[in-house]
Amino acid sequence: MTNVSMTVNGKSVSCDVSETTLLSEFLREDLRLTGTHVGCDTSQCGACVVHVDGKAIKSCTALAVSLNGSDLTTVEGVGSASNLHPMQAAFKKHHGLQCGFCTPGMIMAGIDMVERYHAAGQELTAEAIRHELEGNICRCTGYHNIVKAIEEAAGTMAGQKQAAE
Amino acid sequence: MSDGIGARVERKEDKRFITGKGKYTDDIRMDNQAYAAFVRCPVAHAKINGIDSSAAMAMEGVIAVHTGPEMKADEIGDIITGWSITSKDGSPMQCGVWNPMVTTYGRYVGDAVAVVVAETQDIARAAAEVVELDYEELPAVAAADVALTDGAPQVHENVPGNLIFNWEIGDEAKTEAAMAGAHHVTELDITNNRLAPNPMEPRSAVATYDEAEDHYTLYTTSQNPHVARLVLSAFYNVAPEHKLRVIAPDVGGGFGSKIYIYPEELTCLWASMKTGRSVKWTSDRSEAFMTDAHGRDHVTKAKMGFDADGNIVAFHVDTIANIGAYVSLFATATPTYLYGTLWSGTYAMPAIYGTVRAVHTNTVPVDAYRGAGRPEATYMIERMMETASREMGIHPAELRRRNFVKEFPYQTEVILQYDSGDYFKMLDEGEKAADVAGFAARKADSAARGKLRGLGYSTFVEACGIAPSAAVGSLGAAVGLWESCEVRVNPVGTVEVLTGSHSHGQGHETTFAQLVSDRFGIPIDNVQIVHGDTDKVQMGMGTYGSRSGPVGMSAVVKALDKVEEKAKKIAAHTLEASEDDIVIENGEVKVAGTDKKMGWHEVGLAAYIAHNLPEGMEPGLKETAFYDPLNFSFPSGALICEVEVDPDTGVTDIVKFTAVDDFGTIINPNIVEGQVHGGVTQGIGQAMLEQVVYDETGQLITGSYMDYCMPRADDVPSFTLDHTCTPSPLNPLGVKGCGEAGAIGAPPAVINAITDAIGSNDLQMPATPLAVWTALQANKTAMAAE
Amino acid sequence: MYDAKYHKPSSVADAVAALSGAEEGKVLSGGQTLIPTMKQHLAAPSDLVDVRGIDGMSGVTAADGTVTIGAATTHADVASNADVLAHLPGLACLAGGIGDPAVRAMGTIGGSVANNDPAADYPAAVLGLGATVVTDKREIAADDFFQGMFTTALDEGEIITAIRFPVAKKAGYAKLPNPASRYAIAGVFVADTGAGVRVAVTGAGEDGVHRNAALEAALGGDFSADAVEGVAANEDGMMADIHASAAYRAHVVNVLAKRAVQAS
Repeated sequence: MTNVSMTVNGKSVSCDVSETTLLSEFLREDLRLTGTHVGCDTSQCGACVVHVDGKAIKSCTALAVSLNGSDLTTVEGVGSASNLHPMQAAFKKHHGLQCGFCTPGMIMAGIDMVERYHAAGQELTAEAIRHELEGNICRCTGYHNIVKAIEEAAGTMAGQKQAAE
Repeated sequence: MSDGIGARVERKEDKRFITGKGKYTDDIRMDNQAYAAFVRCPVAHAKINGIDSSAAMAMEGVIAVHTGPEMKADEIGDIITGWSITSKDGSPMQCGVWNPMVTTYGRYVGDAVAVVVAETQDIARAAAEVVELDYEELPAVAAADVALTDGAPQVHENVPGNLIFNWEIGDEAKTEAAMAGAHHVTELDITNNRLAPNPMEPRSAVATYDEAEDHYTLYTTSQNPHVARLVLSAFYNVAPEHKLRVIAPDVGGGFGSKIYIYPEELTCLWASMKTGRSVKWTSDRSEAFMTDAHGRDHVTKAKMGFDADGNIVAFHVDTIANIGAYVSLFATATPTYLYGTLWSGTYAMPAIYGTVRAVHTNTVPVDAYRGAGRPEATYMIERMMETASREMGIHPAELRRRNFVKEFPYQTEVILQYDSGDYFKMLDEGEKAADVAGFAARKADSAARGKLRGLGYSTFVEACGIAPSAAVGSLGAAVGLWESCEVRVNPVGTVEVLTGSHSHGQGHETTFAQLVSDRFGIPIDNVQIVHGDTDKVQMGMGTYGSRSGPVGMSAVVKALDKVEEKAKKIAAHTLEASEDDIVIENGEVKVAGTDKKMGWHEVGLAAYIAHNLPEGMEPGLKETAFYDPLNFSFPSGALICEVEVDPDTGVTDIVKFTAVDDFGTIINPNIVEGQVHGGVTQGIGQAMLEQVVYDETGQLITGSYMDYCMPRADDVPSFTLDHTCTPSPLNPLGVKGCGEAGAIGAPPAVINAITDAIGSNDLQMPATPLAVWTALQANKTAMAAE
Repeated sequence: MYDAKYHKPSSVADAVAALSGAEEGKVLSGGQTLIPTMKQHLAAPSDLVDVRGIDGMSGVTAADGTVTIGAATTHADVASNADVLAHLPGLACLAGGIGDPAVRAMGTIGGSVANNDPAADYPAAVLGLGATVVTDKREIAADDFFQGMFTTALDEGEIITAIRFPVAKKAGYAKLPNPASRYAIAGVFVADTGAGVRVAVTGAGEDGVHRNAALEAALGGDFSADAVEGVAANEDGMMADIHASAAYRAHVVNVLAKRAVQAS
């Protein structure tokens, strides 16, 4: 066992974990943040995507111990039921989810791609969104409404950034 | 009311899912919880001579290792099948016994042999690896056609030749005669590829035995918790029904695969009693590939005869259906009554006959997967139509129009009677939406870029809301297929709807609430849908076969009728008016033509205060209904796919996909469109990407997402959807069901488009780059030879 | 997963020491292949030596006609690095096509090259550009480094610290991804180095990444897509599996060679 300390969704956390504890296990079992899901064992489905130091990664393919000292955001940290993140609101508005299992990963991947494209000054087209979703599998929606939701959230997020600047 | 029938209401359930607050089975953790891991048969066929668990038991943290013979000794029942099929010679079907854990023979890679219960999941899995199996490997067979050959390995001793049944439907003599007189006969060999359902949430179970109460609780990933309880109790003998609570909380997709009551969930319950611990098992994806029921897997020879005008005169089908190592719950109904009964498709066919041979192999059991039998029927019929149109030089849309069913109800030659439809209109609308008129120009443009463009059609009719109970009973079903609902009006006028349907993505919490909103004019936020818990909800049959609309919602309507009737009686009594003059709208209960009225909530309060009720009326406002449908419902659709093929690599892009469906009445268009998007994408997956592959020894080759190709966002286009509407005359809402339509209609549209592009009908699913390129090369060789 | 001891050294020397002291030590870089392999109990190292904390292991430097990429540099960082984009756009494009965005944020060039998966992208660039693999104790030419599927010239406990790429006159990469895994069914890296043409093929060969002499000869005279036209597809040594036959792979290698030249 080894001690791991991180900032998760703005709060400092510290736990003793096994050195091979996956980040997804650390979040789900140690912190009981069960919004991060695990849908495969070969790092392809993306239901487990979280943000570590501002980058989207697959939490099922990272050791918690290797991220000691990191700043993490999970789906529970981007917004709340009464104060939804624009990406969450867009998924709801456009019916971008059905069973909801892949949704946390989709939302975290969606926010990440919008931020990366914004930072690079690139336009996030529908085609680019589809390409960027290569690492996120949904079995319910056929992606149609997920793409629409991310497109709309990209606009909202850009507007918010502009207003803030 | 803006929340009523037909409104594009945002889903009530979404908030918990988008904020990570959904509660799925694996999110649940009980006090005193231990973890199960299964020891599985490593080869496709083996005689297990011994199991040595001493090394596992010696590991720190291992609580117990249990085996099949111990389960047998505890009189735990075998896994059942729910539908008996009679062979054409009148003999009953023969099927092998499915022990929940192997007693002697392992019959597929993944067959459960023993269970390890340990303090952590890691320990349980590591211990499972050191349980030593002493086994003798036996010859195995994976392909159904091979399993029928002389001398093929026997999967079960009591099933000679591996033949479970040889079923027939239709009129053989009439069909043979008509075929003999046909002007043109189209023949095709068709493979319907084996699929893995792959809901994104893997199966999971948490079982708890309370010794003091002698009571079990099972949280599980189920589409039908009441059926699970019934089967676990009456057939698997875990506990009597009143001592067993089954809860299916948020469930992350099912597509059929979570209908069945598998060995793992059963074993967790039994192990919780054996160990005195809560026992959790969560499948990982690799385990899912070798334990979740697969779908499809047919090989078929089909012949369709036409007269000189292109009218179908006869259709003949010979199908071999791979059932796998054991006969799963609906495995026998899927390739028979859900398949053969749809062979008329959208066409008036005067003579149909066919047989289905169901076969045991050393593979994962096959059962109903989204569409279940209807995709297999539709793929076959629609490939035949497209191929025939090419052979006869008749435009594929024209050939379809010549043969469409024109008047409803329509009695087919294969049992079913279609309720309503307008196939011409849906195809007309489809061709417009797909801009078929502009296709030639687009094809020329593709050609200029060195690409091959193709257009493919598919029209389908399917049967939803499998019913009525007495009819399915006469065909061999072990259960009735009705649905239940209880509507509870609270004293403050809010409403709880307890439904036997189960939502695992379909949005019942919203659409069912819309029915209440529509009826009483109250906002959907004042309505709570309760489902998925056998302690809370009356017996119900669950969700599969697109039945929650036509059957589940009909039960809601029936219960609402009763509530409305009583509410009107109370209001008439209170307002001193005639019951016939009472109307309920916008949350108010009024006397028509007067200003006398009371709020909906006041009616609720009056019912429970009970100081002034009509004489003899019981207090309260709560009604239950059980709805048994009069018939199936018959949604239909026209799907048109346009593809562009890169001849250098065989890589195929779907550039446009159009679906015009007739689902009858639509409650929430957002949700219905979402079902079509998802269904079509699964259909595209079957057509181009997905296939479970076994090698000839029965080893599973596609055991993970590294080899089993799931549709990704960049594999599919944005879809063009539209609807026509001929309400079903057979249920109160006129709904027909929409959950499976896309998966049923899409595969032939895709393959017809690709075969159009490459100029060859010789192509099987999945049309991978390799398959398309290979077909192109064969075509080139054939053309060079001519 | 089985237990393993985790180390996070801050110097190459400490990393080498940690590896040499371990019963069965493994370098953990991005972990995007190693961790899934461990999860499935296909690998069970006793010790994991995480090299991401070592100063100088990450980042890109360009000087004197070479681009040097630290072994722990992620695919995402390579894909978006200004020096790589300026000098070796074909390499940036290759890095931007590995896995998916979340995998690219973690996976590293050193990890990919050391693993030498027969369907990985990076080995094609390293071999195609004639790069040099720099380790804690020596420099290894790409032609000597790759020795068949999952096999390299690395000694036990030897750690890749950087890959040094010579800047080519022209270079490009084209791949046909496996629809399921998105690894390469075949991937072809072509480079006109100035001192000759190199063509490296990944994904297709039974022995992993390799050079294609016929394509090199054809492109050596005329570095154009047309020059590939006359090269016969060669099935010898091509891999066959459920996704692609040997004949298909051989054919696709030539198609991709054309496309790589066009992209260069």
